[in-house]
Amino acid sequence: MAQDEKQPVIVLQNVDKHFGSFQALKNINLVVNKGERLVVCGPSGSGKSTMIRCINRLEEHDGGKIIVNGHELTGNTKDIDAVRREVGMVFQSFNLFPHLTVVKNLMLAPRLVRNTSKAEAHDIAMALLERVKIPEQANKYPVQLSGGQQQRVAIARALCMNPEIMLFDEPTSALDPEMISEVLDVMVDLAKEGMTMICVTHEMGFARSVADKIVFMDAGEIVETGPPATFFDNPKSERTKKFLSQIIQH
Amino acid sequence: MSFDFSLVIDSIPKMLMGLGLTLQLMALSAVLGTVLAVVLLLMRISRRWYLVWPSVTYIYIFRGTPILVQIFIIYYGLPQFEAVRDSIFWPILREPFGCAVLALSLNTGAYVSEILRGGILGVDKGLGEAAAALGLSVRQRFIHITTPIAIRLATPAYSNDIVSLMKSTALASTITLLDMMGIARTIVAETFAPYEVFLSLAVIYMVMTFFIQKAFGRFERHMSRYLKREN
Ligand SMILES: Nc1ncnc2c1ncn2[C@@H]1O[C@H](COP(=O)(O)OP(=O)(O)O)[C@@H](O)[C@H]1O
Ligand SMILES: [Mg+2]
Repeated sequence: MAQDEKQPVIVLQNVDKHFGSFQALKNINLVVNKGERLVVCGPSGSGKSTMIRCINRLEEHDGGKIIVNGHELTGNTKDIDAVRREVGMVFQSFNLFPHLTVVKNLMLAPRLVRNTSKAEAHDIAMALLERVKIPEQANKYPVQLSGGQQQRVAIARALCMNPEIMLFDEPTSALDPEMISEVLDVMVDLAKEGMTMICVTHEMGFARSVADKIVFMDAGEIVETGPPATFFDNPKSERTKKFLSQIIQH
Repeated sequence: MSFDFSLVIDSIPKMLMGLGLTLQLMALSAVLGTVLAVVLLLMRISRRWYLVWPSVTYIYIFRGTPILVQIFIIYYGLPQFEAVRDSIFWPILREPFGCAVLALSLNTGAYVSEILRGGILGVDKGLGEAAAALGLSVRQRFIHITTPIAIRLATPAYSNDIVSLMKSTALASTITLLDMMGIARTIVAETFAPYEVFLSLAVIYMVMTFFIQKAFGRFERHMSRYLKREN
């Protein structure tokens, strides 16, 4: 959805990140506007996870500036808390709380972080389970669900906090092939509703149809950025071409 | 050598008169030791050196020395200090029962603290990250995510430690307490029949171990109910 007035909600300026002496992010510059859908791809170890984990401060950057929804991420816990309330995240490994039923997984954060009443948290949770099409699983434990169902619960859990931005870190990489589409469908619906999204994914069909912009990373750098048509059909850099040829082969 | 069954029949009820004391030693030390273990654990994971360091030293000392030596130091050693005799703890430390409970609790605290820490380290890091991403504070994550899962992971080792504690209560007989072991030693001194008496005692301890393990097995199944795939 092209908007007349672009409103940047995620800004990364010259961001660096080291693990010990190893530099995982090198001078990253990125702007995501409200309602924009960004797909990040690149080879394993290129820093994709590290980059999006810096956006909600699961990792701490050590150079440059990150501003999310108007909050600059420094050591200040108030800003970190604010960003985490406004940004939802979905992980490759689902990370559902195994000791809580599905509906309680969804109710936990609204209850603790937003002081929502039990009844209201339950209503919100059930409405979101409807939306990801698994209300009948509400009282099961995560282990009793298939991978695709677990990942849909994880998306619903993030949505319970009513985030303005969603981060996805390879949400379908741990799934059996037949379950990938049920998760992508939920993500497509979210995109249609205008959610600002950053998705790390190698699902190129999804990237082509949903993304406004594709970012290709390699060795801690952003190598190339562009709209899907240009990116897939006319990649500029050799590294992008090589990566695309490998992806498309299988 | 002959085995005198009538002696077994006679001595078992006598030794069971000490069962109450054995259970008291065990239950009190288990509760106090576990409370101490939680305190030591919180110090250990606080990341503040002035809390971590005492906790690590304490655990090192109590795990590195025999519990019998600890009992003797407390029972025979402490009363030599006037400060101890003048302190409010003297009514407890004057009694062998108080000394035994103190030694067993201090010891259990050190071991259980490490067991609980193992449980915490076993919790998948991704769960804490997911909770952090949802906006839960460090404390909320610890209470609502880490603790319930760590308790499940630590239960088997904890149960073993409580069995150890139960068996260690027998050491209380060395400082004049008449627990089951103390009574057994008295009977042996009168009858000169160590074989029958101690073998009967061993059976009693074994039955107790059986029930403790059963109880913890139940608790563990309850804590693991969410891991069953089918409903
Ligand atoms: N916690 C960490 N400690 C040390 N090195 C790390 C850590 N996390 C990631 N790295 C390293 O940083 C690089 C980028 O990792 P990551 O962002 O996970 O890559 P991607 O998600 O693109 O596969 C890799 O070389 C990885 O080994
Ligand atoms: Mg990754």
